[in-house]
Order: sequence, then structure tokens, then C-alpha cells
Amino acid sequence: MTWYNSTMYDSAPATRTTFLSRFFSKITFDRWHITVLVIAFICALPILSVLSFVFRPTGEVWQHLADTVLTEYVINSLLLIIGVSFGTLTMGITTAWLTSVCRFPGRKVFQWMLLLPMALPAYIIAYTYTGMFDVAGPVQSGIRTWFDVSYGEYWFPEIRSVWGATSMLSLVLFPYVYLLARAAFLEQSVVALEASRSLGSGLWRSFFQVALPMARPAIITGLSLVLMETLADFGTVQYFGISTFTTGIFRTWFGLGDSTAAAQLSAILLIFVFFLITIERLSRKQARYHHVSNREKAYQRITLTGKKAWLATSACFLPLFFGFILPVIQLIVWAIETYEDMVDKEFISLVMNSLGLAVAAAILALVLALIMGYGQRLQKTPLIQFAVRVSSLGYAIPATVIAVGVMLPMAWLDNTLDSWMRVQFNYSTGLLFSGTLFALMFAYMVRFLAVSVGTVEAALGKIKLSMDDTARSLGLKPLQVLTLVHMPIMRRSLITAVLLVFVDVLKELPATLILRPFNFNTLAVKAYELASDERLADASTAALSIVLAGIIPVILLSQSINRGRS
Amino acid sequence: MKKLLCLQNISVAYQQQNIVSDINFDLIEGDISCLLGPSGCGKTTVLRTIAGFEKPTAGSIKLKDRIISNPEYVVPPEKRKIGMVFQDFALFPHLSVEKNITFGLDKKNHQSNLQRCNELLRLINLTGMNDKYPHQLSGGQQQRVALARAMAPRPEILLLDEPFSSLDVELREQLAREVRQILKLENITAILVTHDQHEAFAMADKVGLINEGKLIQWDTPYNLYHKPATRFAADFIGQGEFIAGEYIGDNRIKTEIGIIKGDVPAQCKLGCKLDLLIRPDDIIHDDDSDFKLEIVERLFRGADFLYTLKLDSGGTLICIASSHHDHKLHEKLGVNFDVSHIVMFPQLNDSAG
Repeated sequence: MTWYNSTMYDSAPATRTTFLSRFFSKITFDRWHITVLVIAFICALPILSVLSFVFRPTGEVWQHLADTVLTEYVINSLLLIIGVSFGTLTMGITTAWLTSVCRFPGRKVFQWMLLLPMALPAYIIAYTYTGMFDVAGPVQSGIRTWFDVSYGEYWFPEIRSVWGATSMLSLVLFPYVYLLARAAFLEQSVVALEASRSLGSGLWRSFFQVALPMARPAIITGLSLVLMETLADFGTVQYFGISTFTTGIFRTWFGLGDSTAAAQLSAILLIFVFFLITIERLSRKQARYHHVSNREKAYQRITLTGKKAWLATSACFLPLFFGFILPVIQLIVWAIETYEDMVDKEFISLVMNSLGLAVAAAILALVLALIMGYGQRLQKTPLIQFAVRVSSLGYAIPATVIAVGVMLPMAWLDNTLDSWMRVQFNYSTGLLFSGTLFALMFAYMVRFLAVSVGTVEAALGKIKLSMDDTARSLGLKPLQVLTLVHMPIMRRSLITAVLLVFVDVLKELPATLILRPFNFNTLAVKAYELASDERLADASTAALSIVLAGIIPVILLSQSINRGRS
Repeated sequence: MKKLLCLQNISVAYQQQNIVSDINFDLIEGDISCLLGPSGCGKTTVLRTIAGFEKPTAGSIKLKDRIISNPEYVVPPEKRKIGMVFQDFALFPHLSVEKNITFGLDKKNHQSNLQRCNELLRLINLTGMNDKYPHQLSGGQQQRVALARAMAPRPEILLLDEPFSSLDVELREQLAREVRQILKLENITAILVTHDQHEAFAMADKVGLINEGKLIQWDTPYNLYHKPATRFAADFIGQGEFIAGEYIGDNRIKTEIGIIKGDVPAQCKLGCKLDLLIRPDDIIHDDDSDFKLEIVERLFRGADFLYTLKLDSGGTLICIASSHHDHKLHEKLGVNFDVSHIVMFPQLNDSAG
């Protein structure tokens, strides 16, 4: 086998061959191709098995669903999409614009603090707010005592509603829009904005006519990420009792026991998701052409004073306060009240389970990502690049759908193996794969491999190809080049990749809930279960642990923001 | 005079399109040779094929009588004992100078590795810099460390891919001299790739001129300049202009600057049309000369003036005059011709040729 016969270098001419002939012309099925293709296929398996149900005949349960709840799922999902879009765009763009072009008290702190709400999983903020604003919560109790009214005699918004879920999701998801819009505003050429102002447009007009349209591709990218998370949300809507696709899939599978109907619901949800992926890809492409950057250093920030400065400060403070500070304070108060009862042997085992799972998944994801990334570097064929993209598809797929997609082939495999063993050896193997940690790990890989692949790809891309050639000419084999040259150089990025997947797995709820082995609990599952039993205060210790872990990637992100500025 | 490396009919193609074709040359032990050509001519591909990073589609490469590349089999780069220095130096940023230099050596012999490293550091004039990291070095220092790193395992051949192109112009000439000295001291056989003929002339014993994937000429720098094999070689190497002439027999050619004697190509018959290459060193500025031409462009270069002179036919000639001879634009400049070994080619559209 040869490694180097198809390495492309810039001296290679641009040939005008058709896409297909390019696709197949260079395939030499060496071990890198085979490994990368196998990983990609396994990652695509759950999605493929869900999609295969689109063409199955519909059953009785499906008919029942279509007659009764399907319309509700669609309407609720659409309401959430519209509401969350509105909420995240308003908060995200306002804060991004203020922190990138204006000067006002607290700007520097807000710059990174506005990312903090990302650390809170939506289901945790949802039950925290429920605890505060529910009938029995401190706010309504306070109203009743103060105004001497009893329940029913005053109006108070019902938190367990579509608008409640919309607010919760908006509060923790707006940082996506903030992050991408801010980057876009900063990369915009100062000249464009100054030209607009010198032509007589005021700051407001310049914003709407120049800055916003130029940042639109980036903002749409951010929004599509937000909406993917919204569609994927299970914990919040389940807790609020709102029927959407994710809760429907869960109920159909476990309540009605109909895997076919659950898979068909998943397939419909996937259609929504693919629509979002397309929008995201398209806007990312556009964004590349829009960034004619002159770097921000020349940006002369507009100093706000007096009332305007106060307005700006509050516009940044309020989303941060409601999206992070208030719920975390509430969690801390609860945790102080209850931790003595909660931190016991069981809690320790929860922590160990969560850490074990997260560490194992993060390391496995890193190894797979290194194989994918390095395979792609060695053999830059369209087939390998396609395979790498496929393996990264999972980041957009709701975990509930992935769980269903993992269960289906596993159950099939178990049943086939079991009956074969019984026929051949008169021995029943039972369930070897489904309901085991193996299935759970599989789902985590499908869902989060994109995170580590993306990080590894970016880091490898920064290492010049001449490094590989130098190391080879000094006597290293290709795999040694990876371990002795690349990995030490990208050490920081590898740690980042591990941390990001680690935190994502720690926070993950629906897939863990569906796929975990019997009696196997994690922090996220326990927090969710306690909250569902209305033991909100008891859930706080587990929840707070998750939030603390969730702050890690926020710190990493804010560091990279600061590095980008210096 | 032992042949160390042999390239026989080497062709390399990507997707059925030849990058280089039918390259032949031999390398003699201890020689420094250079592949010279305009960018995109395929010279780097030849180098990478020798290093084992590209597979030839035809031909073979022999190193010490052992075939290391042919279309069926390529010895992997790590097993060839061929060192390579890259355009961007490619120093490992996470390793110190010492670790970089000893990277290709057997890790077990720590003592002898250190000795070799210090020996090389002395050679490249960086004694005591063992623990510095690449980012703490200047461009020229990085370049010399990259050279030492490639030399450390005592490769059979050292390949240098545009080694000076990322350095300042002033630094380049000095480094080229230094590198040549180092290579000669260690008696290393080397191949350099460059698009800069001054660099090639300063470094190499033999120069291979490549254009559009073909080896045009493999010769000494002197011959390449004075006896270019093709019109392209004549054009690419050095300055000069072509003027038209007609063969009038007896090794004499009639041109608009007079009758010139020279070795006319064998196929040339009486009356055939020729193009003659007139280099600036064929034209001697002489204020007393009766032959005067108009100055259409003047370029002051410090030590000398570079005058472009217009011929009556509309063609131009280049004359280099001493810095003290400051003539105005459109003034007539007196010149003499010293055309002892003239280069000529039959005119392309001449049927008699």
C-alpha cells in the first residue's frame, strides 16, 4: 500500500473533469479509506434506519397519532420556532451590536459574560423558573402576602406553557446568535460603517442599512443552530407538558410501544432538521464572501453617555441576569438547603457514572476524530471528505431521534443473534447490545463526534503539510508523524476537543434517558427525575454540578474571543 | 566521479495530465546541482519524486544502483536516506533547536546525538543555541537549523526546495554562499530547486533548466549562460535581446549592426535567416564610436547605468555603462560590439532553416 500516491499539492493543475470522475478516479482502498468509511457508515446508521421508516406502511398507532396529536406537534413546534427566533434574535443582535460598536459601563465584562447562559441546559433553567414562579413559588407567595389576595384573584402568567418554554429556550440559546453576530460585526470593515455615516446616515440607519445586512449570513447561521437546539429539546417541553415531536416520539415508543410509529415521527422531525442544515450550510457559504475584514483594531467605538449608557448596560445585563445569574442563585440557595441530604453514597455513584461516561465518550470521540482528520489529511479524496461530513451530521439531529435510530438496528441485531444462537446452539443470548452502555456510547458518538472532528480538523489545518514531509524524510512512518509531530503541536486543541465532548455528554438528557441500562443513573437523568417528581430543591445539587461543568466550554470560548482581539 | 543518483525517463502525472515528462539526469557524488525554472514548471514535482512523496508514472530513479522509484514500487520517504529542506523550513514548533536537529537520529545514542548536534551547530554558526525554540530565532537562523536538521542523519542526498525564497533579499545571497560552503565542507550531494538564476549560479556546480515539465538543458552555469541550448534557455537566463540576421556564407552573418562572425548552426544554408542573441556584455559603451543609437530608457542602478537602445528596425538592445557616463534620455549613445561567441537560432518561420 502506498500513502502518498494521491496527495495533492498546489503544483497539480486544475483539471476540468466532471464531479463523478473526480469522485471515483483516485480511490485506492487502503486502510485509511476503509477505516474512515466504516466509521462514517456506522455514524450514519441511526439516521439511515430512521429514514428507512418513511417508506414503511403506516400502522394503527400512526393513524391514531395523525388523527389526534400530530397537528398539535406541528403547531407547537412551529410556535416554539417562531417564538425562540424572535427572542434569540432580539437579545442576541442587540447585545452583539452594543458590545462590538459602543462603549458603555461594563462592556468588557458583558463581552464574555453574555456567553454564560450557554452553560445552563434548558431543562434545568425550566424547572428553576418553575420553582420560582409557580403558584407555590416565592414570587407568587410574595404577591399573595403583599397584596393580601389568594390564588385565582390575581393574574399571573402560567410558566408551564408554550410561551414559558419559548422564554426558557430563548434565554439559554441567545448566546449562539450573540456569538456569531458579534464576530460578524467585528469583522465588518470599519470603512463601510464610517462611509455610511459620512454619507449622512445616522447610527440607527447605518445599523439597519449597512451593518445588519452585512451580518445577515452569520446571524442566520446562529439562528439555525438555535432552532436545531429548539427542535432537539426534550427536557423543557416534557417538563412543561407541551406536546412536540420529541415528547411524542418518547411517548409513542415507551407509552404505546410502537417503534414503527416512533421512527416515522422521527423521520418527519428529521425533515425539519435537514431544512435547517441546508439553510445553515448556505448561509455559512455566503458568510465567507461577506467578510471583507479590515480587522477591528481601527474600530472607533461610539461612547455612550447618560441615559443611553444606562439603557445599553441594562440591555446587556437583563438577558444575562435572567439567563444565568438569577437561576444560578436560586440553584445555589436550594443546594445550600438540601445538599446535606442529597450528597450521599448515591450521589457519589451518580457523579462517578456521569464522569465515567463523559470521560470515556470524550476520549473515544477524540480517537475517532483523529482517525477521521488524519485520514482526510493523508488522502484528500472527495470520498473521504464526504465521509467526514457524514460522520459530523449528528450535531444537528435531535438526540431523541438518534436514540430511536440506535435502538432499531441494535434490537434487530440482538433478535437476529439470539434466534440464530437458539437454532444453532440451543442457547439464548438475550439482549447483548440494546440497553447497554455500548448502545449509549454509540449514540453519544453519533451526536457529538462532530464537535471533536471539527476541533481536530481545524487544528490539523493549521499545521503545514511540509511538517509531514519533513518528518517523513527524517524517517517517521505516517502514524508516527501523527503521534510524534501533530499531536504534540495540537495538544491544546486536543484538550479542548476532549473537554467539549465531556461537557456535552454530561449535560445530555434524552438519549441517556432512553438508552441507559436499567437502574443506571447520571446527574442529568437524576436532576430531571427529581424535578419531574416536583422535588425541585433536591434536584439542585445535581443540576448545579452540571452547570459548573457547563461553564468550562464558556471559559474556553471567551478565551478564544479575547485572543482574537489582541 | 561516481554516479550517485540516476533519473531515467521520469514522468509524473496527476489525473492523466503530465506535470513533468521524460526527465533524465545523473548526479555525481559531492556535487551541488540545481533545478531552475519559472514557477509552475514542475521542478518541485521532480524534487518531491526524488524524495519519494510522488510516484512516477513512467521511468525510474536509482540511488547507488538501487531502484528506489518506478511506477510499480516506491520506497517510502522515511526509508530512503534522502534529506529535505523546505521552503517554509517546517521546524517543529514544539521542539527546541537541539530536539529538532536530533529528530531524525536514533534516540538511543543520546551522547553521540548530542555530539552530532553540537558539531552541526558549530558548522551553522549557532553554537550554544541548543535550548532555544524556533520562534526565538530569526529567519536566517531558522533556515540554518532546518539545514542542520536535514543533514544530521547524514543523508545520501540533500534536497532543498526554494530554501531562500522566504528570506529578505539581502539575506539570500549571503546565506546561499554560507550554505554552499557548509555543504562543500561536509561533502554533501545536494539538489536545490529555485526560480532565481542568481541563486542557482551562486550555489550550483550543475544546473538543470526546466520548462513546462521538460528538462531543457543540464549543464554548468557558464555554459547555460553562454551556450544556451534553446531559445527558451537563452531568453530565461540572463539579459539580452534578439536581432535578426542573414547568413552570407563563410561563417558570416549580416545584421543591422554589421557583419558578425560566429559558428552558424550546421543545418543553416546560405541565405537562411537567423536570430542572434545580443547580451549586454557583448555591447561596449564608447563615446568615440561612430555607431550611435538612441537611448529610449535609462535605469540608474548605483554602480552602473542600464540603457535601452533603439535600433532602426524598431528592435532594442541593452547596454550597461559605468555609473559616471550619465546620458540623457533620447540622446545618441556610441557603442562598439564585441561578439566573440555569439548565440544564434534559426528563425522560427524560416523555411530555408
